[in-house]
Amino acid sequence: MEESSSTSNSTSNKGVKVVGFWVSLFSQRVRWGLKLKGIEYEYVEEDINNKSPLLFELNPLYGKVPILVHDGVSFPESRIILEYIDQFWPHNPLMPLDPYHRAQARFWAKFADEKLLDPAWFVLNLEGEDQERAAKIVSVHLEKIEEMIKGKKYFGGNTIGFLDLVLAFIAYILPAWEEVASIKMVDPSKFPGIATWTDNFLNHPVVKTEYFPPKDQTLSYYKCRRHELLPLYKSYGNKIWTYIGTQ
Amino acid sequence: MSDEVILLDVYASMFGMRVRIALAEKGVEYEYREEDLGNKSPFLLQMNPVYKKIPVLIHNGNPICESLLILEYIDEVWKDNKSPPLLPSDAYHRATARFWADFVDKKVFDLGRRLWTRKGEEQEAAKKEFIDALKLLEGELGNKPYLGGDKFGYLDVALVAYYSWFYAYEKCGNFSIEEHCPKLVAWAKRCMKKESVAKSLADPIKVYEFTLMLKKKYGLE
Repeated sequence: MEESSSTSNSTSNKGVKVVGFWVSLFSQRVRWGLKLKGIEYEYVEEDINNKSPLLFELNPLYGKVPILVHDGVSFPESRIILEYIDQFWPHNPLMPLDPYHRAQARFWAKFADEKLLDPAWFVLNLEGEDQERAAKIVSVHLEKIEEMIKGKKYFGGNTIGFLDLVLAFIAYILPAWEEVASIKMVDPSKFPGIATWTDNFLNHPVVKTEYFPPKDQTLSYYKCRRHELLPLYKSYGNKIWTYIGTQ
Repeated sequence: MSDEVILLDVYASMFGMRVRIALAEKGVEYEYREEDLGNKSPFLLQMNPVYKKIPVLIHNGNPICESLLILEYIDEVWKDNKSPPLLPSDAYHRATARFWADFVDKKVFDLGRRLWTRKGEEQEAAKKEFIDALKLLEGELGNKPYLGGDKFGYLDVALVAYYSWFYAYEKCGNFSIEEHCPKLVAWAKRCMKKESVAKSLADPIKVYEFTLMLKKKYGLE
C-alpha cells in the first residue's frame, strides 16, 4: 500500500487524487493511466471490505473504488475515468484516434468487464465441476481476445493504450487467481498472443515504474476471499449460470 | 463516395430507438432492417458475433455494436452536420453524461424488465427500485430543460427511448410514473416535441402489445 504526494507544476494538475484499494484491478487501471500521462496524484487507500463514509460521499450511487478526484470533483467507474483523463490531458493519447477503432476499444473494454471478469471471479471462488465450467467460459471469451492481439505488440498497436489498461488484469490478476484456485485459465500454449502481450505489458517502462500490488500479499488476499466466498457461491447453485450467462 | 449506413434493429427496442434518434438528429440516411429475435438473420450473427444482439450499426461495411457506443460513434463521425454535438464538449460534462447513461443501462433496463415480467412481491420490489432510479435521474435533470442542459444531448437520447415503454410498465405494474416523477415525464414530453424523437420512438400501445406477446410466449402470464 503506497501513498505518493502530489507535487504538481501545472495548474491543470492541481488536486488530482485517486481513491483506491491496494489490490483492486480497477484502481490499478487509473493509476497506470495517470502514470502514462505523467500526472502526479495523491493516493488515498480505502478498505473496500470496511467502507468509510468518505467513499459514499464521493461515490454515493455505488460506493466503490476507484474514484478520481480532480479539482474537487469526483469521478467513479474506471473506464469512464480513463476516458476523462485522456480527454483532459490529451498528450500521449490512450484512446485510438479514429471513431471506428475508438468504438472497438470501448466495445472490448465493456466485454472484458462484463464477459471475462465475472466468470473468472467465479473460477476463483468455485470448485469441482462448477469451477471447470466457469473456466471453460473464460477460455471461450479469451479466444476473442487472442484473435485481437494477433500481430500486435499491444492492444493499442505499437503503443500501450486504453484497452491494454482495461485488459491488464489478464496479465497479473488472472495468474494470481489461477494460483489460488489451482486451475489454469490463460494457458500460454493455447493463448500465445496473450502470453507475449503479458510480457510486453508487464515490462513496459512506464507500467513497471508505477505502484504494483505485491505478489505475496495479492495471493494471501485472494486466498482469504476464496475461503470466504466458496460456501456462499456454492449455495447459489444454478443461479450463477443465469447470472454469467451460458457459453 | 456516399456512406452506406445500415441499422439492424427491432421496432420495440429502446436500444434501437436511441440509435434511430441519433441518426435522425444528424440527418443521416440509412437503411433500416427489422430483425426477428426469434429467428436472427445470418447477417446479424455475422455483424455481432459476440452478443448476437441489436442494434448494430453498419457503416461502410464496419459493424458497431452496443447502443451507447453507437451514439458516441455517430457523434464522432457526423460531427459537421446541421445539428449540435450530442456529447458535451468538455471532459467533466462528458464523463458525467457517460456515468448517468451507464446508470440507465445498469439500473433502469433491468428494473423495468423485472417490472413487466414478474408478479407479486418481486414486482412490487422492482417497482419501488424503478421509481427510486427514475427519481435519481429527475434529480440529475434538476431545473434544466434537458439532461444535456440547454440542448438535447446524449443522455437525453439514452433515456428518452424508455418513455415509449412507460405505458407498458404502468399497465403491468399498475401505477403511474407521472405521479411519482412528474418532472421526468414533463421532460420526456418536451423531448417528444422534437421530430427526431417523435418519429423514432415506438408507439407505446404497440410496445405494450409486444410485452403481452412475449409474456404469452414465455409463459409469464
